[in-house]
Amino acid sequence: MIDLSVDEEHDALRATVREFAREEVAPVIGDLYEREEFPYALVAKMGEMGLFGLPIPEEHGGMGGDYFALCLALEELARVDSSVAITLEAGVSLGAMPLYRFGTAEQKERWLPPLAAGTALGAFGLTEPGGGSDAGATKTRAVRDGDSWVVNGSKSFITNSGTDITSLVTATAVTGTDDNGRKRISAIIIPSGTPGFEVSRKYSKVGWNASDTRGLSFTDVRVPAENLLGTEGRGYAQFLSTLDEGRVAIAALSVGLAQGCVDESLTYAAERSAFGHNIGSYQAIQFKIADMEVRTHTARLAYYAAASKMLRGQPFKKEAAIAKLVASNAAMDNARDATQIFGGYGFMNEYPVGRFYRDAKILEIGEGTSEVQRMLIARELGLAG
Amino acid sequence: MPNIVVLVKQVPDTYSERRLSDSDHTLDRDSADAVLDEINERAVEEALLIKEAQGGEVTVLSVGPDRATEAIRKALSMGADKAVHVSDPALHGSCVIQTSKVIAAAVGKVDGVDLVIAGNEATDGRSGAVPAILAELLGYPQLTHARKVVIEGTTIKVTRETDEGLTHLEASLPAVVSVGEKINEPRYPSFKGIMAAKKKPVETLTVADLGIDAGEVGLASATSTVVEAAPKPPRAAGQKVEDEGDGGAKIAEYLVGQKLI
Ligand SMILES: Cc1cc2nc3c(=O)[nH]c(=O)nc-3n(C[C@H](O)[C@H](O)[C@H](O)COP(=O)(O)OP(=O)(O)OC[C@H]3O[C@@H](n4cnc5c(N)ncnc54)[C@H](O)[C@@H]3O)c2cc1C
Repeated sequence: MIDLSVDEEHDALRATVREFAREEVAPVIGDLYEREEFPYALVAKMGEMGLFGLPIPEEHGGMGGDYFALCLALEELARVDSSVAITLEAGVSLGAMPLYRFGTAEQKERWLPPLAAGTALGAFGLTEPGGGSDAGATKTRAVRDGDSWVVNGSKSFITNSGTDITSLVTATAVTGTDDNGRKRISAIIIPSGTPGFEVSRKYSKVGWNASDTRGLSFTDVRVPAENLLGTEGRGYAQFLSTLDEGRVAIAALSVGLAQGCVDESLTYAAERSAFGHNIGSYQAIQFKIADMEVRTHTARLAYYAAASKMLRGQPFKKEAAIAKLVASNAAMDNARDATQIFGGYGFMNEYPVGRFYRDAKILEIGEGTSEVQRMLIARELGLAG
Repeated sequence: MPNIVVLVKQVPDTYSERRLSDSDHTLDRDSADAVLDEINERAVEEALLIKEAQGGEVTVLSVGPDRATEAIRKALSMGADKAVHVSDPALHGSCVIQTSKVIAAAVGKVDGVDLVIAGNEATDGRSGAVPAILAELLGYPQLTHARKVVIEGTTIKVTRETDEGLTHLEASLPAVVSVGEKINEPRYPSFKGIMAAKKKPVETLTVADLGIDAGEVGLASATSTVVEAAPKPPRAAGQKVEDEGDGGAKIAEYLVGQKLI
């Protein structure tokens, strides 16, 4: 027995988010993107719809849904725009979920409700100027001083870290050394506005231009001892599990972008004519679109399979890495082909495919590069480094 | 605490291509995605706003084929409390008068109705007559084309918007209100609402359950039928205005000429 069908409620959610993306996001996003403006109004509406609380239980202000619900929402948003989708993805899977999974009752009570409502955003600071893939090489340090942690160091490329509604960043930091000389990495909640916690100006980016990405620096940042998230020295293991989930979410987002390329190409191929016929009547274009559909479909199955294992509580590390790898490739390839189908207009910001092209590349980099996914898959196959 | 009935209709999505069937010129419901009519979303929203402010109960009422359950579910997931669905093959091809009779009978099945809210016109049939016919059949005052609705005790005040301007209406409950595009911005259902909708009661009725004879409804005894339909002719090429510094004035002239401003 195998069943990859989506139940009625998840399907209704998908339809709702699709309508939202089409009616609310599509008309305004091109402009926000070009002006590199964070989509506050859209985020507020998404908050009202409960999207930021999808996988979070009602007792913490969430919707009591599951991670797959979040994935479907991300797919439908990214079908229209990735900046909005990544804002949701990072807000939930990197901002709120670590608090939900590893937080104490007090931490959850304090931080989760506004994050689940989308009235506040949480960020997750792992990557440093010196490297992201080798996350164990963290240089940021936190030293215990009485009832406080004192944090020094810096982070790069942190999503949602500098918006007007950002409430915190969970930063990984070295908190000591094991007996065998290994660094002990922990996660520490640093509330926005804590003295010594500086957020840089927004980066100028190739894509995701309506999303917020910043560098962070910590200079003698003092936070209460209870801001430690989870277990001291377990920060590395904690974020590995956070990232496993996050990969399924990024895969869903990538599938959305890939699907958006198919949607746009189908419309354009039927409208645009060259040499007396619709370009969609030429096999060269038909095959391109067929290939795009194949990639989208395959990638969707890959993330459904990973999500299904995740929801059943089975190990899904390998499946998550495969889904992320396949889906980000599909997004990149489809964006390239869709832009080609649009010809010169594909290079213009006025059409969504140009934006898709710019937004696709980061999917092969963020939350683990394609190389890192292959490393994970190889490791899961028992190939030791 | 007003007891409100909202009329909802499942219509073909305006995003998809809509067609009439070749055989009897009724709506080809399979040709397009079906959705809850947008104007009905506003009707539901208005009912929910009244309920949130004053309490009461919101019942959605739909006359339509089995597929209309999707539109009903959407209204329930937005926050309506329960639903009545009149579904009967005998209804196929019913005219506005027949449909209104069925709706009136179904409204009668809901206890102690204070207010019936409808959209002023469905995006498919566009007859725009059902709310008025229904008010007549129920013997309720009709307050159509509402842009604003206020309920004070047993009085309802409505601001009606037409091309000519605003009219302020007042009536006592129970009443029928039809709302226009500008009444509100409908909410999107949350996942919690979607999950909750599953457990809300939907009563399904046939025309016989309403005490109506099947011969009184449907295409055969309809007071009006569609005899012919043709797609709109493709739009003719527009008129170009060359801007030689006086573009604004020329456009204004054109719009005045067309009686658009
Ligand atoms: C827009 C944006 C948003 C981001 N948001 C966040 C965020 O919210 N939080 C966060 O913590 N980070 C975030 N990141 C950082 C992102 O996760 C990292 O950029 C990514 O993990 C890669 O790290 P790096 O840039 O340091 O590249 P490096 O780790 O320096 O890698 C450089 C290249 O070497 C390859 N490589 C590295 N090691 C190996 C190896 N052993 N074998 C083979 N190849 C290898 C990599 O695959 C890559 O191609 C974001 C980045 C961007 C651009």
